[in-house]
Amino acid sequence: MGSVDPDKPGVAAETRRQLAICNICNYCNGLCAVFGAAERRHRLTDSDLDQLANLCHHCRSCLYDCQYAPAHAFAVNLPRALARQRWQSYARYAWPRALVGALDGSGLGPGLLAAAVVLAFTLAVVLAVPAATLFGVHTGPGAFYRVVPFGVMSAGAMLSLGFALLAIGIGVRRFWQATAPAQRAVGQGGRGTAAAVGRAVLDLLTLKNQSGGGPGCADRDHRPSRLRRRFHHALFYGFLLCLAATTVAAGRHHLLGQPAPYPLLSAPVLLGTAGGIGMVIGCLGLLWLRRREDPAPTDPASRGADVALTWLLLAVAATGLALLALRGTAAMGLLLAVHLGTVLALFVLLPYTKMVHGAYRAAALLRDALQ
Amino acid sequence: MLVVGGGAAALAAAIDAAAAGAAVRLLDAAPPALLGGNTRHSRNFRYTHDAPTRWTPDAYTAEELRADLLRASGGAAAPALLSALAQRSGELPGWLGAQGVALQRPAQGPLPYSRKTAFFLGGGTAAVRALADRALALGVEVTPSCGAHALVRDGRRVTAAVTALGTLSAGAFVLACGGAHADPVWLARHWGQAAAGFVNRGTPHVRGELLHWLLAAGAASAGDPAGLYLVAVDGRSPAADGGIVTRIRGMPLGLVVDRDGRRRHDEGADTASTRYSRWGQRLAAYPAQTAWLVLDAAGLRAAPAALYPPIQAASIDALAAAAGIDAAGLAATLPGYNASARPGTDPDAAAGWHTAGLDPPKSAHARPLVEPPFAAYPMRPGVTFAHHGIAVDARTRVAWADGGHLDNTFAAGMIMAANLIPRGYVSGLAVSISLVFGRIAGKEAVQAAGRIGADHGSH
Repeated sequence: MGSVDPDKPGVAAETRRQLAICNICNYCNGLCAVFGAAERRHRLTDSDLDQLANLCHHCRSCLYDCQYAPAHAFAVNLPRALARQRWQSYARYAWPRALVGALDGSGLGPGLLAAAVVLAFTLAVVLAVPAATLFGVHTGPGAFYRVVPFGVMSAGAMLSLGFALLAIGIGVRRFWQATAPAQRAVGQGGRGTAAAVGRAVLDLLTLKNQSGGGPGCADRDHRPSRLRRRFHHALFYGFLLCLAATTVAAGRHHLLGQPAPYPLLSAPVLLGTAGGIGMVIGCLGLLWLRRREDPAPTDPASRGADVALTWLLLAVAATGLALLALRGTAAMGLLLAVHLGTVLALFVLLPYTKMVHGAYRAAALLRDALQ
Repeated sequence: MLVVGGGAAALAAAIDAAAAGAAVRLLDAAPPALLGGNTRHSRNFRYTHDAPTRWTPDAYTAEELRADLLRASGGAAAPALLSALAQRSGELPGWLGAQGVALQRPAQGPLPYSRKTAFFLGGGTAAVRALADRALALGVEVTPSCGAHALVRDGRRVTAAVTALGTLSAGAFVLACGGAHADPVWLARHWGQAAAGFVNRGTPHVRGELLHWLLAAGAASAGDPAGLYLVAVDGRSPAADGGIVTRIRGMPLGLVVDRDGRRRHDEGADTASTRYSRWGQRLAAYPAQTAWLVLDAAGLRAAPAALYPPIQAASIDALAAAAGIDAAGLAATLPGYNASARPGTDPDAAAGWHTAGLDPPKSAHARPLVEPPFAAYPMRPGVTFAHHGIAVDARTRVAWADGGHLDNTFAAGMIMAANLIPRGYVSGLAVSISLVFGRIAGKEAVQAAGRIGADHGSH
């Protein structure tokens, strides 16, 4: 597994060099929040760079709009510099330190690990569950739990997700402390804070900073496009719908005593289906854009991790949809094992993939709104 | 028709001509990545509007624009062209929007207040890309890395352009390839040895080949060949294309000395943005066209960000040695200045500090330079454009020195801007001139090509 040296020399220096030019030029300050924030953080300390890198939504317009982009001698390629800085920042704040090496920019390590988790879980189910049960047709309440017992399913999810949220929480807390402004903003009372939180949430939910200041971003080449933002919305809101489906299902299980599976026209199934389709569309769209994009503004060192995560999310969504479609057949047992394996892999890898970008992005947007 | 150049004027001419149905070929001397002439380095353009717009607060009337330009040019702006600019600049935001160029709303980011200009979202390079996309979509054949250096003329009609790709004939020509100030030989002819001390802030591809060919052939000139718009830039800037970021801005906070360590001008007299060009012009007369902005630690903290780090030293002597300033001269200048510094009515207000009995005086921000370490920025004049070009009429027809005009050849952009600004400048003007007269030239060229086509048909 490739490793990331969180303090790799040269990356911060290069990011700082480029942002110092941006801070004098400022032509791009209508594109997104990064340029105004860079002016406010004009000292460009290491943690300022991390804040700005996580504020960047990788819209890429600023490369094509830059009078100093290569072939100019100043060689300003801010999207790439910030992408590199951002990826290193994940490693800098990651917890526990011993697992920092899991943040593999090539995506190969996490990809193999995810495959291993899926395979191992599926194999365990195959070995532990009698063939007659695994390949039988199960319907009615509790059908899934005849293959994978409810206790195993919920304990696995709670443990893996619990650890992931703890790890991400500690990482973001470290980031939040490091990026605190040197001077506390004056007059920032309860009301100002509430307004800032509102602004940050709105920016996060709309991806306002991924609009190139209005016309769109440089998704494939310099021409403004809204495709990437739309695919990301499909993926993000699809993911949220899937979480909502799980939450509603948990409520029906524990509060109403109604174990899964649920009818096609029930809230969990409708939410999960819409979410799964959204995720599939989003993932396929993002992967398609990845194949067609100009590589110039991307960071080759972390591009693989991006692609690997998208494939993992696609696997989670696609196996979930397949399970729904075939839950009344003999294939249900094996599909359930594979689907739960992908979910487990996602949860286990959560803090050490690009998935953390959402948490750091949210923190950076809030930090920026508070200033 | 053939358009020579790749900046705002050339692209505007090509777009309007192609939209009118003409077959247009555009040649630009720069490689593809640097298409766009000096529009790449621009940020905003001046336009008239009788009421606030989405992009600009308040109003700016045609009368105000006319008055501003007459004031800046000392009354020398050509009246017919001035009228055309005042009338047509108001169309620019709408026209640019229709071509896919995005403008920045003041709420979108910290813009300096300007009721006279609108800002390109992402700057001039973004605008150039959008205009080039539009031109390509309209079928304009864009040929980069190919300049033209001569024309083939038959009386008042140009029949072909001599280019790096051979002789290209066309029915009409738009010359929008800028001035000549990137040509060191031309600069030296008018500025002598001083020219070697200048830095070119913009594209290295405006070398004036066609401008000089036309003047030699009998075209009338506009403006003053020795008139350069100069801005104070860091002496370590690249030889070309440094753009906006190489400016030195902190003059009011320190002392500006020549290589002998002597002050020559009042650093506190001008704290507005006019100081950049004022100092640029002054530097042309300095020995070796070089000065140093000397600051102490307090001044450096207050100074605007600069591209290159300052030369720093613990003492004034060491600073002089490190920077290459005469140490004895600088050592003589500093104590005299420090001793003459007086606070204003409020000693805490830096702007109120001034010198007493010093020649030249420093009339504002004259705090003693006492806090080490000391810092110096080398300064040179940065050439932005030349106040010199081809005379044209309001239809952008190239004027001949013995009267009359070329029938089918039009000039737009900085090659003819001196008709409007033979001296002086106001912000955002260059892009406005380029777009307004580029559009006029495009339309005129279509009509001229049509006339020539009709002539040929009748023969």
